[in-house]
Amino acid sequence: MWTILRQIARVGVVTEPAPSGDEALRVETARIHADILGVLGQALAIRQVDAGSCNGCELEINALNNPYYNIEGLGIHFVASPRHADLLLVTGPVSRHMAEALRRTYDATPEPKLVVAVGDCGCTGGIFGESYASCGRVSNVIPVDVAIPGCPPAPIEILRGILAAVNAAKKSGR
Amino acid sequence: MRHPDQRFEPTRLPAPLPIWRGIVDREQWIGLAGEAAGRGDRLVSLWGVDRGGEAPGRAVNAAYATAAGLLWVELGLDDSAPGYPDLAPSFACADRMQRAAADLSGVHPDSAADRRPWLDHGLWGTDHPLRHGGLEPTVSTGTLPHDYPFVRVEGDGVHEIAVGPVHAGIIEPGHFRFSVVGEKVLRLEEHLGYTHKGIERRFVDLPALTAHRLAGRVSGDSTVAYCWAYCMALESACGVEVSERSQWMRALMLERERVANHLGDLGALGNDAALAFGLAQFSRLREDWQRMTNETFGHRLMMDVIEPGGLAREVDPAALDRLRRQCDTIEREVRTLRAIYDDHAGLQDRFMTTGRVEPELAARLGLTGLAGRASAQRADLRCDQPWEPYRQLAVQCSLRSQGDVAARVAVRFDEVFESLRLLRELCGGMPVGRCRQQLVRLAQGAHGAGWVEGWRGQIFVALELGAGGQIVRCHCHDPSWQNWPVLEHAIIGNIVPDFPLINKSFNLSYSGHDL
Repeated sequence: MWTILRQIARVGVVTEPAPSGDEALRVETARIHADILGVLGQALAIRQVDAGSCNGCELEINALNNPYYNIEGLGIHFVASPRHADLLLVTGPVSRHMAEALRRTYDATPEPKLVVAVGDCGCTGGIFGESYASCGRVSNVIPVDVAIPGCPPAPIEILRGILAAVNAAKKSGR
Repeated sequence: MRHPDQRFEPTRLPAPLPIWRGIVDREQWIGLAGEAAGRGDRLVSLWGVDRGGEAPGRAVNAAYATAAGLLWVELGLDDSAPGYPDLAPSFACADRMQRAAADLSGVHPDSAADRRPWLDHGLWGTDHPLRHGGLEPTVSTGTLPHDYPFVRVEGDGVHEIAVGPVHAGIIEPGHFRFSVVGEKVLRLEEHLGYTHKGIERRFVDLPALTAHRLAGRVSGDSTVAYCWAYCMALESACGVEVSERSQWMRALMLERERVANHLGDLGALGNDAALAFGLAQFSRLREDWQRMTNETFGHRLMMDVIEPGGLAREVDPAALDRLRRQCDTIEREVRTLRAIYDDHAGLQDRFMTTGRVEPELAARLGLTGLAGRASAQRADLRCDQPWEPYRQLAVQCSLRSQGDVAARVAVRFDEVFESLRLLRELCGGMPVGRCRQQLVRLAQGAHGAGWVEGWRGQIFVALELGAGGQIVRCHCHDPSWQNWPVLEHAIIGNIVPDFPLINKSFNLSYSGHDL
């Protein structure tokens, strides 16, 4: 126990300031809290769905949970069921085998809901494109609010995209 | 150089590792498999090819890891004898590969116990996407996958738990069917193929000189290993040798990829055993590591940095020095954390004896790579067939025999330290010269192969170029093919709540398997 506490004290807090939203706004942590609360009336719960990715995007989404980004500190957390989620974070391309599972996950998510497509494959189908086995971009299967390009996008870009979706929803009064 | 087995005169492909290729007949096909199994050689991969009219149009291929190197054999098939002798009696891991080859290329074993489709869920709208001429639409499909006939376990109090394809976490999709009594798992049956996105068909549409980008996206966590294996295959087909510096830089990147994945897994394994502290610490180290990677190579995962002929960018000496110093920092931190993990009674209680694969079972099922080494299966290409620069570095193979989660954790710790040692040597002894050296002339009608020890195990790429230098067939093999079936055994007798921990300790690729 002592060694654990010593390690925690030695490392200290490494969390970095949150990035600005997509609209080049400087968003303070408190502001993000307020935005999320304004839109949802609660913290933001995200259900991640891998609809056929190469797992590169999953590595960077996982990195969002490290102490540098500390997204739980911003009131964002990943949940195990779409029924608990406000936002679906979907990576692609959507394989034919995952299309129905993705549609059902979308249907199981309560309104109001947001969908963010992550990565070049989620945005356009990427290098895999559309084929006998791939439906291509996420928006070919379910409606998408924000698409984050990159192969894979860095964690900070993913966070910007999530915040952009929340901000856009706030503006449109959803 | 001649191969020790001269019955079918295999020829050596020009590759940094000893790779041999030969054409066999049916008797040699089955004879080789029996002899290989008897010697304790391993089946690396099995796949189908359909070239259309050119003889031999349709064929089945197999690759074995032997003491003399990799032996790649092809058995031609024709309409008089459309099937091939089943390899599953000699190598258990052949079963799913044969089912996949049947789905994709339409080549079937003569007799096989299990004829269920594997990668094909009945939604492709075409019969065999890798058949020559290939994608004629058959009947229109619905949106629902076909029913998969899972093996039912019957008995008093037995019930099933169905998990997936969408999993409760930030992980890839697949389906697990548990048959349990109370909390105890009697049987697990996997159903994979959900992330099948037509990679091997897609290769045929891409120019050989840019298809390394696709290879680098077979499994994102092993992008360096796949990209290197593909480039090795293309360079081998074209008879091109890359500069010494390129070889060293590629090894440096491969070891950085290994360390990144091990750091991530060590944190996640702590977290799955309820030590959130471990995740916080190791994910911090992984982030430091990835940021340095980004600074040096311009990409956090090093995607597309390796390219045919060399590397897409040069790295200056100052950057190498930074990389070397980072190894010292990370080593210090990981030693502290290893002491904490080793001394934590609660953590060790979850790790030890959980998800055990005895060495005898591991040998019988062909468990490979990192998980294999935790069950006393000594196989590491960097030690067994050391190519440059590994020949000069004398890699120490980490080996444990307990075969439980604790052993897979211990192998990861050992390999982190060994890779950090290798990285320091690679940075310090980096040969001068150029890395950027583009491959311009493609060979025509040639075969090439790439074989690399990725962080999870051996990655293999078999490439065939056509008369115009275009890709006729590119087969990518992930060690997850061998290890997924063993996971079904590792869970037997354990409790359901330990499954995430056991699964994470293997950390197999869905995408690399499903293609």
